[in-house]
Amino acid sequence: MIKNISNLGDAALYCDFGVDVNKETNSEVIKYFWSLKKKEVQGITNLTPSYNKLIISFDLKKTNFKEIKKKIEDLVINDTKSELSKKIQIPICCADEFSLDIKRLEEKLSMKRERIYENFFKKEYFCYMTGFIAGMPFLGDLDKTMRVNRLETPRVKVPKGSVGLTEQFANVYTFESPGGWNIIGNTPLEIFDSSKEESPNLISPGDTVIFKQISLSDYKNFNE
Amino acid sequence: MNRFEIIRAGINTTFQDDGRNHLYHIGIPLSGVMDKRNYILANSLVGNKIDKPVIEFAYQGPLIKYKGDRINIVITGDVIFKLIKKEIEIEGNCYENYLIEDGDQIDIISTNKSVYGYLAVGGEFDLKFQWGSCSTNTKANVGSNDGKKLQNDQKINISNINSNPLKKKLDYINTRIEKIRVIKGTNFNYFSDEGKKIFFEKEFIVSKLSDRMGMRLEGQRIENIVDTNIRSEGLIKGVIQIPADGNPIIMLSDHGTIGGYPKIGVVISADYDKLVQLSPGSKIKFQEIELSDAETLFKLYEMETQNLISQLK
Repeated sequence: MIKNISNLGDAALYCDFGVDVNKETNSEVIKYFWSLKKKEVQGITNLTPSYNKLIISFDLKKTNFKEIKKKIEDLVINDTKSELSKKIQIPICCADEFSLDIKRLEEKLSMKRERIYENFFKKEYFCYMTGFIAGMPFLGDLDKTMRVNRLETPRVKVPKGSVGLTEQFANVYTFESPGGWNIIGNTPLEIFDSSKEESPNLISPGDTVIFKQISLSDYKNFNE
Repeated sequence: MNRFEIIRAGINTTFQDDGRNHLYHIGIPLSGVMDKRNYILANSLVGNKIDKPVIEFAYQGPLIKYKGDRINIVITGDVIFKLIKKEIEIEGNCYENYLIEDGDQIDIISTNKSVYGYLAVGGEFDLKFQWGSCSTNTKANVGSNDGKKLQNDQKINISNINSNPLKKKLDYINTRIEKIRVIKGTNFNYFSDEGKKIFFEKEFIVSKLSDRMGMRLEGQRIENIVDTNIRSEGLIKGVIQIPADGNPIIMLSDHGTIGGYPKIGVVISADYDKLVQLSPGSKIKFQEIELSDAETLFKLYEMETQNLISQLK
């Protein structure tokens, strides 16, 4: 449930679902997100779900904070999650040329690389949100033994397809971008394709993701 | 075929329109023109519908040669430009449309004490639309022109030239304001009393590190007493974030959709067009305002724009 609704400026609602960041809280956020998206409420221009917040932007020419707030409070929430969420397998290659921060991870986690990969690949991950750059998924939760902070100095360029770790989350860099996450591998799969207008992003909030380790030769042959 | 030939592209020249909505959740920002009023006026002055694509430029604009049938053009903002015709050169006035002919050149020399200007033509640029908008986002390579800035030697076709171009002129000056009104942000209480006071009472300077994504400010450090990071969450245009270094960053039209810095305030919608025109080195001062006043000010701002358009009919 939404714990509190306030205004973010004069053209957005800030819906707070509570301080805890876990799958339960986030599933509530995502339920509201899909329900509102399907309903196409007049005047709403954007919905941004995140771990424990939902930001609803609207067109101040057509409506205002009070009207949209009333609509949100009266909204009947459908559990549309199950019908819209999917399970996706993402191939990842952890060859040295892609596993850019494996040495740092070994040090910070006091764990051998074989063990790090094992822990990483054995879990299913839940997509909390997408964004920052187009299509980037924020996935969780990493095993408790696998949590590290961001790099002290972020990279100016993280290669496209890189899979990064920070705290309880993993992400995928959908295109080359600056970034500070610990890079464990790289996927040859196109996670964001702007030429597909209907569904450019492969992974949506609420989806489940499984990572599958592939060899360097499989990686190289992937797009052929 | 009628076309623009770009002899000099300028610093940051892109095609823009009203931008695209309903894509924040996958990480795609609004984009679109930075200064909406000047965009609407540009289209109105050449007899277009107000939501047609235009050329947006920043600081130094393009030098363009025109080939084709007679066409109406206009430039809006605060811009120094000239028209080079066969026998004469004309010092151009903003908010006044001009007929140009085959071989004429438009030389957009620079914006004057401002950042963005607009060039509209009485016709349609031949552009690719993505998610219903031509707006170019050069960081994500989304939109027309393969998501890139205009390049030297590029050619742009123009079709559907307005057959009955009328002379139009607007008596309007693009006023400059340095006082920007702000509604308190959702993390306002993360900052010390002294920090809050600095935010609303001291001047900040617009930094050179400003672009279509964000405007960085420099001034007295705003002290955070709670946490310099928050759980990453959605951002909107106009949000003012304060990262650990204590200097404000204002989110502009091409902003990242998610961020993890505390939000001290949000610029009101009525002041956004004026905000984006503040060039590096400009002074800026924030003034606190309540939501209901911000809503009224936006209505007034919209009415003013409508009045300007109705003068052109």
